[in-house]
Amino acid sequence: MQTLKASWFGFEKHWTWYRRNWRATVVSSFLSPLLFLLALGLGFGSQVQSTALIGGVPYLQYLAPALVVITAVQGATFESTYAIMSSFLWQKTYIGMVATPITPAQVLYGQVLWNGSQLFVRSAVFVVIAAVLGATTSPAVLWSIPFATLAGLAFSCPLIAYSATLDKPDSFNTIFRFVLMPMTLFTGAFFPVSQLPDWLLPLIWLTPAWHGIELARGTAFGTLGFLPALGHSAYLVAMAAVGLVFAARFFHRRLAV
Amino acid sequence: MSDPLANVGWVDNLVEAKALTKHFGTFEAVRGIDVEVRRGEAFGFLGPNGAGKSSTMRMISCVSGRTGGDLKVLGMDPERDGPKIRARLGVVPQLDNLDTELTVRQNLQIYGRYFGMSRQKCREKANELLEFAQLTDRADHEVEPLSGGMKRRLTIARSLVNDPELLLLDEPTTGLDPQARHLLWDRLFRLKQDGVTLIITTHYMDEAEQLCDRLVVMDGGRIAAEGSPGELISRYSTKEVLELRFQPGAEKPDLDRFAERVEVLPDRLLLYTQDGEHTLAKVHEHGVQPIQSLVRRSSLEDVFLRLTGRTLVD
Repeated sequence: MQTLKASWFGFEKHWTWYRRNWRATVVSSFLSPLLFLLALGLGFGSQVQSTALIGGVPYLQYLAPALVVITAVQGATFESTYAIMSSFLWQKTYIGMVATPITPAQVLYGQVLWNGSQLFVRSAVFVVIAAVLGATTSPAVLWSIPFATLAGLAFSCPLIAYSATLDKPDSFNTIFRFVLMPMTLFTGAFFPVSQLPDWLLPLIWLTPAWHGIELARGTAFGTLGFLPALGHSAYLVAMAAVGLVFAARFFHRRLAV
Repeated sequence: MSDPLANVGWVDNLVEAKALTKHFGTFEAVRGIDVEVRRGEAFGFLGPNGAGKSSTMRMISCVSGRTGGDLKVLGMDPERDGPKIRARLGVVPQLDNLDTELTVRQNLQIYGRYFGMSRQKCREKANELLEFAQLTDRADHEVEPLSGGMKRRLTIARSLVNDPELLLLDEPTTGLDPQARHLLWDRLFRLKQDGVTLIITTHYMDEAEQLCDRLVVMDGGRIAAEGSPGELISRYSTKEVLELRFQPGAEKPDLDRFAERVEVLPDRLLLYTQDGEHTLAKVHEHGVQPIQSLVRRSSLEDVFLRLTGRTLVD
């Protein structure tokens, strides 16, 4: 069976679930951006003086494209930890899948395909809500949808690889607290990273969130050149690809024993 | 070794293993086994937990690679043709791995898709299998709240979605109540009659006796004996067994001269003999007064005890 077709069946399984349960997920995918934009953009933002450093735009508009990315990275984190572990250990659905012609790597690709499409849909919903709340300035903000998806996948793939090696979920909380939380707060979504001490910057540059935010905000306001955009994208693609290679290896090790 | 199927013309071996081994690190789960499974038969692996049954099954189901030896499934090499072989197998795992958030019907349909079947075909097959598993009235319920027996039936139904030539069942009835077990056995009998080749692992001797035409007794990663249940019993045990139970802690009398063989278990003595009642009478004459006595036919449990010195289910 060709890889693409086999991976598609994994996607289809999630789609079958989604068709029955999409209402529940819509609430959360609407609610989270709505709350973020209301509280931080309109509420907190009303007290923030716009400066040249953030391009002189109102804080709400400065925030919106970056929040799309941050939300995608957060969503990716949850979809790449407990959900993956459950498919190996608790529901064991992956184990059922590899008893068919589907291979462990194809199980992985189907999962990533699904995660990516979910990220895309959620990001699109976010942009629509942002537009309704007046948080967008131009149609260029639509670029934050693919860039947020890409940043989400860049974090998702290595995390899936890591999750595939675990037997218990204890370390997930550490990731949420010490990786996701700082990545949410300090990668330029809420204030320019130039405000951070210099020694911290190399660490920021490693995060997919920072690259995603640079891309999303840069394209939304037309301030990003082609080459930097290419560089950021290449970094995210590379991170996703390396993660995927390791994940495929770990899926095989886990499922073909 | 006499073999009831040897002269019937079924020479088509669905599984052929020679000196098959499986190691996990330094642990040797399977230590060189030779197995042949012929088309149309129900073949069993009987043994206690940790005997290497599941590891063997996982190699036959082309999920897990072998460490050494030769293995052919449906005439092909699992290393090379894994997906192609798996397309023609049905697998019932030891632990259910149903999609508990999907409905009963969706579980069947999506599994059919994994085999590349068209949506239309998957819908038809699901209806047919719902009937087979007696789950039609639960078709559109989620799987999670179903009973253990229903989940098991669904798992078996799911394994049949691709009309497999060879069905692998790993401990199919472990953890089920007697009624659910009998219902499952009934379904497996039907499959056997339809010509599906079955391979079953179990640590229940009654299950092996009920379902298997031929079986191997596994212990410590090796095959201890091979044959039909009847052959094994007549080869390794006597016709009848007299079980004598004594007060816990009481010294057990020496009764060796009354039976062909005596097994001493913590709570009772097993006297292997051709005529249990007769032996019991003689034991009573001798003045031995057990608190309980029972005469029964020999079973595979006795074969296992003879071969390994241990009971199957501890």
